[in-house]
Amino acid sequence: MRARPDYLAHAVLCLGVALFALPVWLVFAGSTQDSNAIMRGELSLVPDLSNLGVYARVLAHGSMGTQPVWHMLMISLGMALGVACGKIAISVLSAYAVVFFRFPCRHAAFWLIFITLMLPVEVRIMPTYAVMADFRLINTFTGLWLPLIASATATLLFRQVFTAIPDELVEAARMDGAGPLRFLRDIALPVSAANIAALFVILFVLGWNQYLWPLLVATNPDLDTIVIGIVKMIGVETETDWAAVMATAVLALLPPVVVVVAMQHWFVAGLTEGEK
Amino acid sequence: MDRRTVFDGRLLPWLLLLPQLLLTLLFFYWPAAEAVRASLFTEDAFGQGSVFVGLDNFAALFADPLYLASVLRTVVFCFAVSVLAMAVALLLAVFADRAIAGRLVYRTLLIWPYAIAPAMSAVLFLFVLNPRIGLFGRWLNRHGFDWDYTLNGSQAMGMVIAAAAWKQVSYNVIFFLAGLQSIPRSVIEAARMDGARGWRRFRTITFPLLAPTTFFLLVVNIVYAAFDTFGLIYALTQGGPGKDTETLVIKVYRDGVINQDIGSSSAQSVVLMLGVIVVTALQFRFMGRRTAA
Repeated sequence: MRARPDYLAHAVLCLGVALFALPVWLVFAGSTQDSNAIMRGELSLVPDLSNLGVYARVLAHGSMGTQPVWHMLMISLGMALGVACGKIAISVLSAYAVVFFRFPCRHAAFWLIFITLMLPVEVRIMPTYAVMADFRLINTFTGLWLPLIASATATLLFRQVFTAIPDELVEAARMDGAGPLRFLRDIALPVSAANIAALFVILFVLGWNQYLWPLLVATNPDLDTIVIGIVKMIGVETETDWAAVMATAVLALLPPVVVVVAMQHWFVAGLTEGEK
Repeated sequence: MDRRTVFDGRLLPWLLLLPQLLLTLLFFYWPAAEAVRASLFTEDAFGQGSVFVGLDNFAALFADPLYLASVLRTVVFCFAVSVLAMAVALLLAVFADRAIAGRLVYRTLLIWPYAIAPAMSAVLFLFVLNPRIGLFGRWLNRHGFDWDYTLNGSQAMGMVIAAAAWKQVSYNVIFFLAGLQSIPRSVIEAARMDGARGWRRFRTITFPLLAPTTFFLLVVNIVYAAFDTFGLIYALTQGGPGKDTETLVIKVYRDGVINQDIGSSSAQSVVLMLGVIVVTALQFRFMGRRTAA
């Protein structure tokens, strides 16, 4: 039995897809057109592919006084990787300690970490800035990512994953003479590879997409991330080189989208399992 | 929950915990304590140091009509964003869950916007809806609709709500799809055999079974709208025109970083922290039920 195509479903889904794709397409098309035409409102949805040079131009020189776009992309990449790898590293270690050892104050230590779930950076803007100043982390690259890597969500996830490792496996490993660090390297990490991949996507996107934090701790334009840079560009009201801004927007969107799409399989599974 | 087999060691677990504990103490507990302390002091008028004022900053805050207006604005904003983002996502997820050709392609095309930063969502909306350069914004004005969110407060609010909801839809789609897939096919089949179809089957079977997902998403969406939208609002309207899109997080930033009113800003931070703690506690209460189910 072959049912006729579900036209309603296709119609709704196509509308949904267009809702997300059209603005991005519009910006891509705009990036290849003359800025004055855009200013006059004569934006066409058909890109002029002979003008792709604008991408080379913004990458090398930036626009309207910002850093070159490649520089801002590198800062964003560094920040995203720093946040993702840093968070995974310290969370794996702390979750491993809490799950595989018995020591005094174990529960207290876990709760100390767990409660930070409730303190996003947005609610502690001023005092965190003061602490950053005390440590001379204002306007440093370390200041961009290091304070963001302490958080409870990743620790919670790894705690869940490690708890699910069968006792038999641990016993077998111990009988073979494997110490705790050996077990971590050869068993615990490999069995949680899928979770690490999923978490990496989530944290990479989180790091790439930061706005308030870099705005707060890095006033030096040398440390502008691409998201900070693009908001600066649109803030200039007069004489805006719109084609350059749109090209920058496309470049800012691309890396996190590529990461999400390429790792979609792990990412979706990890997101819906991990955050339950 | 506890394992039977563990490793021996007294020093090693502390070494493993050290990096996370250290960062947590430095960047969470210290600033949080500092916020509480600063909220109890006020700078004297000549900048000669700070004076202990007890809960005066809080009293002043809750007596301030501008603050209360910002609270109300934030509540409206959060609910509008959550309801809009969840309704659209649920509609898309229900259709993407059907056995149709190309469903995996549809899924990818609905999931990728997860990667968009809230501030980037603002940039994209600007290009679509700006009254001067935005394609649709200009179209509206050409057709006799007086559209300018930089001047009209309610249009600005509508704009930031739409941009914030737009960015959050794909996250909700992912979770609604997972929720729909966890509904046993047998339940759906039974309903089908009993003659429940289309809207009726959705209303009486599917939607109630999705309740845990829906509740979880409601909390996540509210927290997102309250805290993660700073960049979005700041890029689109800076909280304006006037204070028409000034949510609580924007206000903390304006008062603290721009106007340097440390006492009031810290008091606002403390109130926000309490807010997050209440929401998170609620979430865990109900999420416990979710994992048990």
